[in-house]
Amino acid sequence: MFETVITLDQFLQASIDTLYMVGMSLLIGSLVGIPLGIALVVTRPGGILENKIFYSILNPIINIVRSLPFIILMVAIIPFTRMIVGTSIGTNAAIVPLIIFISPFIARLVENSLLEVNPGIIEAAESMGATPFQIIWHFLLPEAFGSLILSITTATIGLIGATAMAGTVGGGGVGDLAIVYGYQRFDTFAMVTTVIILVIFVQIIQSTGNALARKARKE
Amino acid sequence: MIEMKSVYKTYKRKDVTTEALKGIDLKVEEGDIFGVIGYSGAGKSTLVRLVNYLERPTDGEVIVDGQVLNHLSDSQLRAMKKQIGMIFQHFNLLESKTIFDNVAIPLVLAKKPKEEIKQRVMELLDFVGLREKAKSYPRELSGGQKQRVGIARALASNPKILLCDEATSALDPQTTQSILQLLKRVNQEYNITIMIITHEMSVIQEVCNRVAVMEAGEIIEEGSVLDVFGHPKHPTTKNFVKTVIHNSIPESVKRSLKKTGNSKVFRVEVKGEVASEPIVHQVMKAHDIEVNILFANMTEIQETTLVIMYLQIAGEASAIEKTVQLLKDKGAGVEEVVE
Ligand SMILES: Nc1ncnc2c1ncn2[C@@H]1O[C@H](COP(=O)(O)OP(=O)(O)OP(=O)(O)O)[C@@H](O)[C@H]1O
Ligand SMILES: [Mg+2]
Repeated sequence: MFETVITLDQFLQASIDTLYMVGMSLLIGSLVGIPLGIALVVTRPGGILENKIFYSILNPIINIVRSLPFIILMVAIIPFTRMIVGTSIGTNAAIVPLIIFISPFIARLVENSLLEVNPGIIEAAESMGATPFQIIWHFLLPEAFGSLILSITTATIGLIGATAMAGTVGGGGVGDLAIVYGYQRFDTFAMVTTVIILVIFVQIIQSTGNALARKARKE
Repeated sequence: MIEMKSVYKTYKRKDVTTEALKGIDLKVEEGDIFGVIGYSGAGKSTLVRLVNYLERPTDGEVIVDGQVLNHLSDSQLRAMKKQIGMIFQHFNLLESKTIFDNVAIPLVLAKKPKEEIKQRVMELLDFVGLREKAKSYPRELSGGQKQRVGIARALASNPKILLCDEATSALDPQTTQSILQLLKRVNQEYNITIMIITHEMSVIQEVCNRVAVMEAGEIIEEGSVLDVFGHPKHPTTKNFVKTVIHNSIPESVKRSLKKTGNSKVFRVEVKGEVASEPIVHQVMKAHDIEVNILFANMTEIQETTLVIMYLQIAGEASAIEKTVQLLKDKGAGVEEVVE
């Protein structure tokens, strides 16, 4: 039906690359972003570990990084990326800006999820003599769990979009296929197929996230 | 058990300062069910939150179980808080945990062994009558059941004091009754001192033995419930008492009252044992007088009966005087009503 030069192997490899980039940057981004989100909530004015200095430094930093579009962030930090992974192209090189992009995003999402927790729960925890760590671990996180799953889902979908952009600078993955074959070589089949693959990824992630969140909320 | 010495609490929010408490002196004895009543904004919640140091006083001392809270370190305060249970108007249960896990939380925080936790939680759920709900989630429970869970959770760490901030305000009258009865059992069976914050006089009437009335950050009246209900002094207290017992002559009776030369109107107040004696009959027989009961009300407070009557007594001045003396001798409180 269509003329195409891409092989099935290339599609498979591109999909695996995309999943690898999303998975790695989600993992590391969560390890950075979730603690940052918690830190934002507990140090904010009125928080259980209120700390004006810490909060007023962390909060704008997160805003600044968040205000950069991924494509600009990626190009801007190329020297830094080279320093870390030794190259600025390929999947591993793409992961560095992806982490820097997603960590503050996750921090904000986590912050919002935790702020949704009924303040009465924290009051109850304090009345029991819980330590700040216990309040976070036994009260805040379990109560926000469903909402946190949805936040991570949103972050994952954001990452898929970003990995596709990373493709433009040779990051590999499905986005790379779309650019190199679909856009530059007018390979309609490649274009349509990458779109379908991305749509399927997003659908699967969103419905899995929704299902897990429902389960966590005991609905 | 709980003592406050000239406690002040001022909230500062930007330019707004609110003096929530202005010099509170308070003493709650061990075994008391102490009620604090007042209108919205009077400072009741602030007061009760000082007892477990959820709020720090701006000035003054809070003493709980012999310890001055102002002098305690953070970790000592946390240990102290385990001696004080608290229940809330909106229950504040964890929606993500089962009833069992909710009640278990204080024990988990105290790192108790699993077996001990299981035994204690089931014992508490039995006490509040919710054993079969152990595996349910809070959203599956009614308001009254949620508050029972709240009570079980508050009792888990074997506290000496239970604080209740508007614990029945979100419940219907019947459910309120059952929660109040449960609190009474908590007081009697576990010998826990209870402090109840409310804006409903009926709650005080039902379970408290002592009451403090608050207005604008101050305690305007304090005493045994029987005394305060029998003899409210401050207008605000009178208003509160009026919501549960009628203790004044109805207007219609007042208007039709015939002012005859040799009669006087008295407010007679009888408490406890005396209330079951035919006291009016006795005084009528003793002296040559006529008694007209203008108004009578009988209320049960603290398993004691409080009777308030307005009597119009007609007769010789000396006979009236003797009658009044006789009533007083029998243990009644007598006051002449002059309009
Ligand atoms: N965290 C706070 N910051 C600033 N002002 C506060 C704070 N908490 C209470 N106040 C103020 O202190 C006063 C007393 O409040 P409090 O909550 O103790 O009243 P209350 O008697 O419990 O009223 P209610 O019956 O409505 O619960 C009010 O004027 C209130 O606005
Ligand atoms: Mg209140």
